[in-house]
Amino acid sequence: MLEIKDLHVHYGAIHALKGISLTVGDGELVSLIGANGAGKTTALHTISGLLAASSGSVTLDGQDLQKVPANTIIGLGLAHVPEGRHVFARMSVEENLRMGAYILRDPKKLAEHLETVYSHFPRLKERRRQLAGTLSGGEQQMLATGRALMTGPNMLLMDEPSMGLSPLLVKEIFSIIEELHKSGITILLVEQNAKMALAVSDRAYVLETGTISMEGPAAALAADDRVRKAYLGA
Amino acid sequence: MKQNTYRRRYLINFAALLALFAAAVVIGMIGGSTVKLKLTPSIWQCSYLIIMAASLNLVLGFLGQLSLGHCGFMAVGAYAAALFSLALQRAGFYTEKAGPAFFLVLVGSILIAGLAAALLGLLVGIPALRLKGDYLAIITLGFGMIIVNIINNLPFCGQQGLGQGSASSALYATGLGFSNDEKMRYLWVSVLAVILCMTVMFLFVRSKYGRCIRAIRDNEIAASASGIHVSYYKVLTFTLSAFFAGITGALYACCNGALSTSSFAFTNGSILNSVFIVVMVVVGGMGSLTGSVIAAVVLFLLNYTIKNGGWVAALPAFLQNIFTYPMLVYSIALIIVILFRPRGIMGSREFALCDVPKWPGWIRTHFTSRADSAGKGADTHA
Repeated sequence: MLEIKDLHVHYGAIHALKGISLTVGDGELVSLIGANGAGKTTALHTISGLLAASSGSVTLDGQDLQKVPANTIIGLGLAHVPEGRHVFARMSVEENLRMGAYILRDPKKLAEHLETVYSHFPRLKERRRQLAGTLSGGEQQMLATGRALMTGPNMLLMDEPSMGLSPLLVKEIFSIIEELHKSGITILLVEQNAKMALAVSDRAYVLETGTISMEGPAAALAADDRVRKAYLGA
Repeated sequence: MKQNTYRRRYLINFAALLALFAAAVVIGMIGGSTVKLKLTPSIWQCSYLIIMAASLNLVLGFLGQLSLGHCGFMAVGAYAAALFSLALQRAGFYTEKAGPAFFLVLVGSILIAGLAAALLGLLVGIPALRLKGDYLAIITLGFGMIIVNIINNLPFCGQQGLGQGSASSALYATGLGFSNDEKMRYLWVSVLAVILCMTVMFLFVRSKYGRCIRAIRDNEIAASASGIHVSYYKVLTFTLSAFFAGITGALYACCNGALSTSSFAFTNGSILNSVFIVVMVVVGGMGSLTGSVIAAVVLFLLNYTIKNGGWVAALPAFLQNIFTYPMLVYSIALIIVILFRPRGIMGSREFALCDVPKWPGWIRTHFTSRADSAGKGADTHA
């Protein structure tokens, strides 16, 4: 459903993405792994329209995403969970979730989605009156994810959900990602924690300084020597 | 149950505002000479300062963008209102400052002042707010300086300003400018303007729009990812803020018989200075409209009593000297506030009449634990 062809992105003189191509099929969980500065976040930001590509194409179900303004992409069923738990710190948890459903006009649907999110994340329900900035790191990540789910998207872009979390919380977040995947949501996951990412994904791409160096089924990559050396610390 | 408490709150607020308005009408009718010479001019000044601070708070506190040219919009409003009223007076639409015709002119010039400033706010805001970072501060800083010079060089505004230039000397006599008598008679106009403007601003920040702009303040990327059109909301808020600043310009034109651009200029050392309005917002609390009201009144009183009060004379001689430089006093006041109450008087809370019985506890929680006054902000409703 998501297809990227020969995508180039520049930050001024810096050539951040040097022609990457990847596809994510319906219902797949695909991860994009790589080191710091490889261009993973750049790729996600370009997909969701926050950055403009210099050349190449990004299509979702045949529609060219480059031509759609960033704020309407979510209306196409593609939701983005930004890196580093971008929550609205001075708003309550429930207000954050309601903001996620900003494009929904139907209050019934909103209430429905709110219930779904709360069923995925019971912790958020307990804390719904609390200011988001006072949540723990893991809870903020749950909130950012929950907020992206508020429109009932078909596809989720997740940017480093494990960043800065304790190992226990990383496990919890990944089990939630698997749960979301099983519920039928297509996911493109960007991660530095290659081990966890490969364990849950169907397929994976390895991004190295702006180019895709390897791709294949997640299990095959996890067994690959080069990947093991570079990313799995084995 | 919840519905009822809200209704009760709205009723209490409505009754309080009605009482305030009634008080203004009564004072306007029966006030004596002290009231006329001291109280009513002060209330007029307070009224425009309150709206100025609150409207800047929309941009600074709720949208999270620094605008340094707010008084420029006030200047535009003031000149728009003055010229509009003067034109109608010259055309013979009204001859004296009373009666329904004048009342129409008064309302009309207030609205036109707001619209003129809003239009300019839109023109400045569209390019400025599409940029990221501190560009808005730089551009509005320039705007505040440029607009004053533009007005100065418009022939119909006059080099010396309306009321002093030869063509416009009629402003004080027959235009919008009020004498002390008229300020007292029309005291309710200023109070009503404050009530209406504040109500609209409250409804705005409590609405879906208000939630969106707070979301943008907290996190632009997440707001955009949630489907919020960031530029649109920024420009909308900025324009609305300029609209209210324009209205204060009209109030200023009523309050002062003569207009001079130097009163809105950056070099202006008095209380009307874009930076000073920023100080008001910070002292009152960014993100608290009632905080802005309180700060505007407090800083006005500080300014007023330094100039006219007896308490400065009662201080030891070495302290008195400081007060010959009021700006120095304001700076010290600002430093004290930042040190001891960095979130401002109200933080991001709103003052609510219903909370008055709970005050002792409120003071306890707010003035003894400085660390976390933010956590409770989300639950309050005005």
